[in-house]
Amino acid sequence: MLQAGEWAYSETLKEHFMNPKNILQGENTDDFDGVGMEGNLQCGDQMMVVIKVDREKDVITDCQWKTYGCASAIASTSVLSEMVKGRTLDAAFNISPKEVAIELGGLPDNKIHCSVLGDKALRAAINDYYTRNGMTDRVKKEQVKVICQCMNVTDHDIEDAVLEGARTYLELQEHTKLGTVCGQCKDEAEVLLGKYKHIHFGV
Amino acid sequence: MGDMKVYFDHNATTPLHPEVKKEMIAAMEMFGNPSSMHAYGREARANVEASRKSVAEFIGATDEEIIFVGSGSEANNTVLSLFVCATNQCVGGCGMRSTIITTRIEHPCVLETAECLAHRGANVKYLDVDRYGKIDLDQLHGMLGDDVGLVSVMMANNEIGTLQDIEAITKMVHASGAYMHTDAVQAVGKVPVDVRQLGVDFLTISGHKIYGPKGVGALFVKKGVSYCPLIRGGHQERGRRAGTENTLGILGLGRAVEMRTLEMPEEHARMLRLKKALQEGIEAQIDDISINGHPTDSLAGTLNVSFEGVEGEAVLLYLDLEGIAVSTGSACASGSLDPSHVLMATGVDAERAHGSIRFSMGRESTMQEVDYLLDVLPRTIKRIRNMSTAYVKGGVHAASR
Ligand SMILES: Cc1ncc(COP(=O)(O)O)c(C=O)c1O
Ligand code: FES
Repeated sequence: MLQAGEWAYSETLKEHFMNPKNILQGENTDDFDGVGMEGNLQCGDQMMVVIKVDREKDVITDCQWKTYGCASAIASTSVLSEMVKGRTLDAAFNISPKEVAIELGGLPDNKIHCSVLGDKALRAAINDYYTRNGMTDRVKKEQVKVICQCMNVTDHDIEDAVLEGARTYLELQEHTKLGTVCGQCKDEAEVLLGKYKHIHFGV
Repeated sequence: MGDMKVYFDHNATTPLHPEVKKEMIAAMEMFGNPSSMHAYGREARANVEASRKSVAEFIGATDEEIIFVGSGSEANNTVLSLFVCATNQCVGGCGMRSTIITTRIEHPCVLETAECLAHRGANVKYLDVDRYGKIDLDQLHGMLGDDVGLVSVMMANNEIGTLQDIEAITKMVHASGAYMHTDAVQAVGKVPVDVRQLGVDFLTISGHKIYGPKGVGALFVKKGVSYCPLIRGGHQERGRRAGTENTLGILGLGRAVEMRTLEMPEEHARMLRLKKALQEGIEAQIDDISINGHPTDSLAGTLNVSFEGVEGEAVLLYLDLEGIAVSTGSACASGSLDPSHVLMATGVDAERAHGSIRFSMGRESTMQEVDYLLDVLPRTIKRIRNMSTAYVKGGVHAASR
């Protein structure tokens, strides 16, 4: 007979969940150079990331956070905060959810979506730093492109659907209602579906 | 207290009663097919029928009104499916009655069956519930008509424990000429259930919620109500459920209800004491909480609480690390994206549903366990709130400015 005790999560994730690193204490963010917040409470996930930056070197020296969310959300923000310290702003900006998941020793498929807010919040914090310091030219807006004109579905919506479990075009349609009117968006949607499956799940 | 283990998830499932276990171990040698005429078969048959008698007595039914099935889910699937048959020949008087009424807070095995039947042409209507989880009899009255074949209302809700007045509901339903089913999986063995007093036509029981084995249930079908099996192809259970009987499971279920008969009366008051202590302890030690479910018409061992600013899966897993087992209505723990449909139906907002924890106690639960939980829980909640965007000292949501 198998014994209990095996978690649905990796040991690294469990460790970060049990002993999260770099939690922002209290609510005062004045000492930080950039603040970013993503997600909302209704969906069950919200993350705030705050950073300190060494101006000369363009490097993140401290990263703290608060997270409202499940074990994966808590652990992924914790691990992210460790990953970014000492990185340049550009390098930190490009951290993907997949890297965070790898650092955590893997995440179950249905938990990936719980971890994608951390890097988004980090990018928001970096952009906030740029804005505060008159470097608006460096602010990188996340590009949003409408793929399905009929149903107003964007590439972001497609990415979210993939993170929520859509793997086939049909499932993508169920999630987003994309391609259900004129159908001309199908080819582009399928390319993006493949791309996001590859980015997030390596398939 | 490091090694303390607390199981407060009895609504999910229960451990086998020691007497049930004993009986089942002893019966392991019994392998005969109850349909066989030789000695092996006769032994198995005698035991299956003895269990049937126990289950029947437990709910005030007669033996031939009890059908053993593979689970509570199967029983519920069977009843609902009776009412969507292209021929309409099997269930008497249902010819034109293709509407099914149920509630928004049923177990998924009812809700998803209803949804499937709607795809197959049934007209399904859903009763709303108030903030305590009670259905509105006036709304039911408005829905009833000569198109309604079946009304299915659960007796006790598994998530919030709210009890419905099945007797009153059945009277209304029968007055309109429809049949009445109740999913009593969470009620049986916790509150007295008498099918004659309730008046229902169908009632569902599951073994593993009452210290019996998993994968076995019983369906009560009132005598005279016509019936059509969901699983066909055998004469077992008087042709009402094909498949060689789960003799061991059925034996266990029979013993489980016998033990319930002995233990239930004393247990109720004790459960209420534990729940009161737990609720009062939580209210005294933790701010910004809300109690879900009905204050009085509720299962004695079930307490559902929402903790603001925390997400349920995190609570569940931190408690698990300290040896405490509970469950949550948060989306994350269920692997879906939507929080508890039951809490949402009672009007609880999504955030509170994500932060809900169900404590369900059982026959072996003790005040020491409640005390241990009350020691661990406040610091767990405090710890999670300290790292939550949704809960900072300046007030909930202050961090978002
Ligand atoms: C109210 C209710 N109905 C039905 C069921 C399903 O019973 P079973 O697990 O035997 O299929 C459950 C158990 O989860 C339940 O709580
Ligand atoms: S563009 Fe997507 S359906 Fe028309």
